[in-house]
Amino acid sequence: MNQIDSIPRAKTQILLPPPFLRWFANKGWQPRAHQLELLSRVQGGESMLLIAPTGAGKTLAGFLPSLVSLTERGKIPPGSAFTGIHTLYISPLKALAVDIERNLMKPVGDMGLPVRIENRTGDTPAAKRQRQKLNPPDILLTTPEQVALLLANGEAERFFKDLKYVVLDELHSLVTSKRGHLLSLGLARLRQLAPTMQAIGLSATVADPMDLQRWLAAQREGEDNHAGLITVTGGARPEISIMRTDERVPWAGHSAAYAIGDIYKAIGETRTTLLFVNTRSQAERVFQELWTINDDNLPIALHHGSLDVGQRRKVEAAMSENKLRAVVATSTLDLGIDWGDVDMVIHVGAPKGASRLAQRIGRANHRMDEPSRAILVPANRFEVMECQAALDANYIGAQDTPPVGKGALDVLAQHVLGMACAAPFDPLSLYTEITSAAPYAYLSWETFERIVDFVATGGYALRAYERYAKIRKTPEGFWRVSNPLIAQQYRLNVGTIIESPMLNVRMVKHNARGSLGRGGMALGKVEEYFIEMLSPGDTFLFSGKVLRFEGIRESECLVSQGYKLDPKVPSYNGGKFPLSTYLAQQVRKMLADPSRHATLPEQVRDWLSLQKDLSMLPKEDELLIETFPRGSRHYMVIYAFEGRLAHQTLGMLLTRRLDRAGLKPLGFVATDYSLAIWALEDLGEAFTSGRPRLADLFDEDMLGDDLEAWLNESFLLKRTFRNCAVIAGLIDQRHPGKEKSGRQVTVSADLIYDVLRSHEPDHILLKATRNDASTGLLEIERLGDMLSRIKGHITHRPLDRISPLAVPVMLEIGKEAVNGDAQDFLLAEAADELFADVTATASP
Amino acid sequence: MHRIAHAISALPDNPALSARIVVNGVIGICDPLGGLYLPDLDILVVSDLHLEKGSAFARRGMMLPPYDTLATLRILDAVISRHNPKTVISLGDNFHDRVGSALMPEQFRSMIETMARGREWVWINGNHDPDGATALPGASMDELTHSGLIFRHEPALNATAGEIAGHLHPSATVRRREKYMRRACFATDGRRLIMPAFGVTTGGLDLRHQAMRGLFDHQTLVAHMLGRDRIYSVRFANLLG
Repeated sequence: MNQIDSIPRAKTQILLPPPFLRWFANKGWQPRAHQLELLSRVQGGESMLLIAPTGAGKTLAGFLPSLVSLTERGKIPPGSAFTGIHTLYISPLKALAVDIERNLMKPVGDMGLPVRIENRTGDTPAAKRQRQKLNPPDILLTTPEQVALLLANGEAERFFKDLKYVVLDELHSLVTSKRGHLLSLGLARLRQLAPTMQAIGLSATVADPMDLQRWLAAQREGEDNHAGLITVTGGARPEISIMRTDERVPWAGHSAAYAIGDIYKAIGETRTTLLFVNTRSQAERVFQELWTINDDNLPIALHHGSLDVGQRRKVEAAMSENKLRAVVATSTLDLGIDWGDVDMVIHVGAPKGASRLAQRIGRANHRMDEPSRAILVPANRFEVMECQAALDANYIGAQDTPPVGKGALDVLAQHVLGMACAAPFDPLSLYTEITSAAPYAYLSWETFERIVDFVATGGYALRAYERYAKIRKTPEGFWRVSNPLIAQQYRLNVGTIIESPMLNVRMVKHNARGSLGRGGMALGKVEEYFIEMLSPGDTFLFSGKVLRFEGIRESECLVSQGYKLDPKVPSYNGGKFPLSTYLAQQVRKMLADPSRHATLPEQVRDWLSLQKDLSMLPKEDELLIETFPRGSRHYMVIYAFEGRLAHQTLGMLLTRRLDRAGLKPLGFVATDYSLAIWALEDLGEAFTSGRPRLADLFDEDMLGDDLEAWLNESFLLKRTFRNCAVIAGLIDQRHPGKEKSGRQVTVSADLIYDVLRSHEPDHILLKATRNDASTGLLEIERLGDMLSRIKGHITHRPLDRISPLAVPVMLEIGKEAVNGDAQDFLLAEAADELFADVTATASP
Repeated sequence: MHRIAHAISALPDNPALSARIVVNGVIGICDPLGGLYLPDLDILVVSDLHLEKGSAFARRGMMLPPYDTLATLRILDAVISRHNPKTVISLGDNFHDRVGSALMPEQFRSMIETMARGREWVWINGNHDPDGATALPGASMDELTHSGLIFRHEPALNATAGEIAGHLHPSATVRRREKYMRRACFATDGRRLIMPAFGVTTGGLDLRHQAMRGLFDHQTLVAHMLGRDRIYSVRFANLLG
């Protein structure tokens, strides 16, 4: 399994210079087979992808070609001509770049290699950045945003002309996002500046390695260009179990509060535990509940992306010094930062994807040859099945990482402006360069031209802004920036990570006169929209404390110690993953196959067998629809198992259709597993008599006109538009001279969206928004696959009351958010009730 | 449906549910499209049109859609058609910047001329456009006093009763079943009225914001919120902030 097998001595010596051989010998180590294979194939001229589990010596493998090449080159004598950087290392996290510098300096120092290594992140002081441009290090460790900035600079050509290797760490996590799209375009530019450059990708296991292999190589029509692949399998098999409990597993919800006692016990029995949850609010809640029962005062800490950086660093330091027994964390720790010996991972809530679970479990025990230990804690009964399915998948090594996808157009617009900032560009050669990046190989010349037009003047059919153009065509046909301010504006707004407006949370005390004092401790940041919902005196959970909201002062949210025990919990929007297609299929299989129910806990088994008696269990490819009356309403529950996002889209579309059929639908609610719709008319009766026929109701053509009509009014699209508009540079997050304003976006994207949609619905940015929404938020493709799969396999079960399987989704009713048109309905309701007496007051 | 679509599709045949208010003894009708009609004086008041905001941003390198002026003028046209007033008062920040009115394309200029035909038109100067409107029908002035009402852009701290102002873009938030709805509003305590911003790309400032402090008697303050096709009137005590 493990490829730490012996290597013929002769081969090792050929590949590795003496200092390396001595270093390995002194450590009593052998270079691993994959490290040497990577080195030899890179030396042979290939770009490479290395897929290996954590602890396999991936980082050293990635840098070995650089270190060997630099050792052979030797130190550059003072007074030589300018030499650009030799190796560029790109990681998704600033912290990882810093961490790698530390880890790499050690062997380099031990071996006395003539190699200069430096990092460059958003935190690097301006003086150091300037010096790096004049006197570049051999190896530069940095992030995708910094690469974009370096490339948009007039000195880029000089800086990168000697580039030999680009090492891309955690590639699997980068490529599926817009950051990955931006980076792929940067890589295409680097290939132009340094044609012999080779890319080395380091990745955890993925579903389709070829996606990544192509990503690493220049694409050309009619050619099959891709990097070579080395896969390190094995590592010891993880020991994963599902938390067994004597408590009652709830029907619905995500808190897993029932299991807190069991979790605490497990922490007590282990030296160091990493506790993963899916959302920040879940992290806050679990953390608080653990401390409520922490009679032994175990050192348990909290770590998530909203907390103050200083606090996070403290937790990380304490963890690496083994001072903590447990850390409650969100995905901020998914990536490969090394932080000490973790003995066990507890995963609260279902993992939502088999690959995600595997990567998180890999965090326990960074040594490849020892098994990782993990416990899954399902938060409700459906999650019990999901955990079991994920557990089975982990054993057979299933992978369900998302595909790389098509490069986004807003990112392209940003890149085009960046390239103009670097130097005037010829549109045809830039187009050729861009389509050599795998995510943009699909891009048509027409779309490219529209993007260039968008960058120049906004790309409006009403050509109103020619005189204000940001880039202009020279007589020779090159595009250049109109003035230096444009480049400054670009630099301020580079990147694809759009944060919703955040306020600092600061602790204050009341002074003797009862007014608020100044300058307490900063606790972190919280979304502005959340704070806007609070009135002074409201309490909420943040940073592991119950806080009392006092007010807003400038861009800070002031809080004091709260003493209530039942706070409102921050409703953070980050970190809700939908159930992966693969895992959904596994859950359907499990449900359909009673022989597999034996592995499930007794209460879940009983639940399923009750369902079988009172209704039925759907077969794997069957779509079960139950209808039943309840109160004055009629319900239908659809067991589609396609994840919350796809269900929401389906719910929107079905209610439109039910409305047209005169069935008076009132609302719907979606979970990862099912969708419930309620109506005034008898849905069961309607379907039984074929008015409408279910086959028609679920026909794929709902993804045509109905989808169009709904999309146009959708709140989701507005949110997506905001991100696209900022990334594409239509709306600045920060404007020159106003960098520190705190409230980022300077105009309301919602209002801009309304104006643009009513006057130019075909605008390129609206197209980009649609593309984004249909893959991300709406999961239209996934819904389409489902509709075609269930054709002819729809089973309707009319019931006279709620079924056991329907209980979880029915419990979610009333918790869902309301947006768009429904808001007006609620406003009317509020208005009628709250202020019937207003007219009398206003007219004396 | 948002305000632009509604103004284009539903008017003027579809009567909207407006709210009747009284400011310093003068009756006013709050129209959900964002205008205030004073029937006894036959005056229509709008505020903070922020015309040519898109092009103002374009001059600084942000290519916002050049359709905001057209969209705002269409709604203005709709609300003028509905009330057919003798006088129109635009309460300042009529243009997003000083050069906006001078650089406005001919198409929009003639739209305003058509709307103003047969009416009196008053441009109150705002902080964005202190120099008045260029080459447009009507008179520009800093403020106007008429029948116990004072029309000005920025509310004055010690104003006498009867001030009608804009500038602050008031909005209000209501909580209902744990959901929050925020809308632009007319804000009045019977002594003073602050108008909602009329321009389609203008945002709002919550009534509880410190900039609103000291302007109203909270006991009698009511927010008349702009809904899709009606006004929702909410007492200050029932608002969230």
